[in-house]
Amino acid sequence: MSTVDETGAGPIPSAPLLEVDDLFVEFHTRDGVARVLNGVSYRVAAGETLAVLGESGSGKSVTAQTVMGILDTPPGVITGGAVRFHGEDLLTAPDRRRRAVRGSGIAMIFQDALSALNPVFTVGFQIEEQLRVRRGMSRKDARKRAVELLELVKIPNARGRVRQYPHEFSGGMRQRAMIAMSLALDPELLIADEPTTALDVTVQAQIMDLLKEIQVERHMGLILITHDLGVVAEVADRIAVMYAGRIVEQADARSVYRRPGHPYTAALLDSLPRLDQKGTELNTIKGLPPSLLRIPDGCPFHPRCARAQDVCRTEVPPQHRPEPGRLSACHFAEELIADA
Amino acid sequence: MHETGENSGDNILEVRDLVKHFPVRVGVLFKRVIGHVRAVDGVSFDLKRGETLGVVGESGCGKSTLAQVLMRLEPPTSGSATFEGRDMLAMKGAELRKLRRDIQIVLQDPYTSLNPRMTVGDIVGEPFEIHPEVAPKGSRAGRVRDLLDVVGLNPEHLNRYPHQFSGGQRQRIGIARALALKPKVIVCDEPVSALDVSIQAQVMNLLGDLQSEFGLSYVFIAHDLSVVRHLSDRVAVMYLGKVVEIGTEEEIYERPTHPYTQALLSAVPVPDPELRGRRQVIRLEGDVPSPVDPPSGCRFRTRCWKAQDVCAEEEPALEIRAANHPSACHFAEQRSIVP
Ligand SMILES: Nc1ncnc2c1ncn2[C@@H]1O[C@H](COP(=O)(O)OP(=O)(O)O)[C@@H](O)[C@H]1O
Ligand SMILES: Nc1ncnc2c1ncn2[C@@H]1O[C@H](COP(=O)(O)OP(=O)(O)O)[C@@H](O)[C@H]1O
Ligand code: SF4
Ligand code: SF4
Ligand SMILES: [Mg+2]
Ligand SMILES: [Mg+2]
Repeated sequence: MSTVDETGAGPIPSAPLLEVDDLFVEFHTRDGVARVLNGVSYRVAAGETLAVLGESGSGKSVTAQTVMGILDTPPGVITGGAVRFHGEDLLTAPDRRRRAVRGSGIAMIFQDALSALNPVFTVGFQIEEQLRVRRGMSRKDARKRAVELLELVKIPNARGRVRQYPHEFSGGMRQRAMIAMSLALDPELLIADEPTTALDVTVQAQIMDLLKEIQVERHMGLILITHDLGVVAEVADRIAVMYAGRIVEQADARSVYRRPGHPYTAALLDSLPRLDQKGTELNTIKGLPPSLLRIPDGCPFHPRCARAQDVCRTEVPPQHRPEPGRLSACHFAEELIADA
Repeated sequence: MHETGENSGDNILEVRDLVKHFPVRVGVLFKRVIGHVRAVDGVSFDLKRGETLGVVGESGCGKSTLAQVLMRLEPPTSGSATFEGRDMLAMKGAELRKLRRDIQIVLQDPYTSLNPRMTVGDIVGEPFEIHPEVAPKGSRAGRVRDLLDVVGLNPEHLNRYPHQFSGGQRQRIGIARALALKPKVIVCDEPVSALDVSIQAQVMNLLGDLQSEFGLSYVFIAHDLSVVRHLSDRVAVMYLGKVVEIGTEEEIYERPTHPYTQALLSAVPVPDPELRGRRQVIRLEGDVPSPVDPPSGCRFRTRCWKAQDVCAEEEPALEIRAANHPSACHFAEQRSIVP
């Protein structure tokens, strides 16, 4: 499916669906300049699930907001990099082009469906409005399509539900409604920012199943942003681990869990309590993530890293490629992989 | 430690048929009660000295209400509870004051439970104002420093304000305050739920260390089943105001017999991609029904794949039917879920 329904420029055939290339974002705050993204790069192909994993404040949402073109500027400033969708840089594209991509090329869902849905309009109206404005559908066709979309996300009695307001939906149903809305314009890429974080575990499982099913059916690219290492293990094809506004490791999901290629990833996995065994003492990562106002010199993880050497305090580690298909921003990436 | 004189054995807390209903009112001037939220609806358990009882269940199942009743912050609708063999729900005056020292609570969100205008020293030392007998005035500053040190905070930071600390550090402040009066029981209501994994691990280790050091008993409430398993000796699973299954950590995780427990365990994502597609998948449909008007008979029947006619007619008692531990299911049956 082509995204360029509203303007002229055609997709570049061989380019990846999405390519985030060396993105830098700063926030100008009262306390100084927060260096929130410091050279973030990742790619997503059609039909692929990339999980962006990291603790809060690591820059997962800011990256997504930049891709989506919804970053608050100010206080945010994009100071470098590119966001290429089918090879076209959205950061330098004209406004109307970016608006065209939003929704029909790339759509996004959030943790809090209530803030994404407008409380004063019915769920049906909000889906139909997009279809009428962006697709020029008639009222009747839009209603029909809205019902189909609610059925697609498995909302029971969709015909009745289109007439209801968001507050009349339970948490899980609202999440489904938001997913339906995000699918209205048949996006090629869906960004899901902590889509199940606020939900109970049985509902979370339903929603993850649904997202996965829809993604496979539509051969959609999916960026799943989360801090939950369990959710990632169940759905991701590839994983990008973020720390202090950088991607510190990127590899296919199985490799990351079997043999972490960065000390931060390894430490994260070690600090998890397990469902399948009663633990004694958990391994912890000492200290806290750094303030983005004062990121440490050298490797930003060095004050917390058990393997840190002198070089880590002075030299920013470049992206190593310790084995095919894997990137790690650690001076000792090759040794880590060899030792594992 | 004072003499109990009772034959409560090694149970520090015994809770029987505890019920807490909240009235649902409508109308502006003349509020009319149109029903009740049956938040806690007949909960029984024992807590042994020095043990951790985990309480798990999805949001709204009554975990926090149970905590509030145990803290004597909400009066129960009915039921009984004893602390060291004495009726703790009837305590008044000096005895109640003593109870308020012996049972403390740690809450989920340390930020909203800490007064932003008080220094950390004042927050941790405040319990001494209410219970001066625990620490005479002259010794308080020293005690507060000791407490900060015990929970892994820098004692020199006692003049700082809560906003100057990270989430994990604020949780440590809350724990230090709970320890101030040398309690015997700490009710932990989702103490690590708001924390990132690396910080969560630090706080969980701290709670474990404090338990062995001070011989504390914990009621540990959480919705994260992995976290609960890690810290608990025994576990109670709640659904819509009731305990549906209770047993040792191993019984609940390795040999669950209640369909709800099995579904919960099956829904937890496991951080191991090798297990993809190899785990048992039980998917519940729909959401939890309203506690104002819970289903007749077994409350889980509207989402249960094993439900029969009898489930709508007869409420299953919490008793041993399989795998040597109590389960409130007519058709309790051991099934292994966790890989
Ligand atoms: N509107 C904003 N103003 C100032 N700082 C912001 C804003 N949005 C995000 N930040 C900062 O950017 C950093 C990264 O945030 P975010 O991308 O939301 O993290 P994550 O999604 O990984 O938890 C954080 O330190 C956050 O405080
Ligand atoms: N003060 C209150 N008044 C009315 N209803 C309440 C009150 N406190 C809790 N509830 C209701 O009681 C039920 C149980 O809530 P709670 O104990 O907070 O559950 P949990 O902690 O397991 O999420 C919920 O339906 C909640 O809305
Ligand atoms: S570069 Fe050094 S400090 Fe950074 S993760 Fe690697 S070993 Fe640790
Ligand atoms: S009693 Fe019936 S409805 Fe309830 S859990 Fe057992 S089988 Fe399911
Ligand atoms: Mg975020
Ligand atoms: Mg609660």
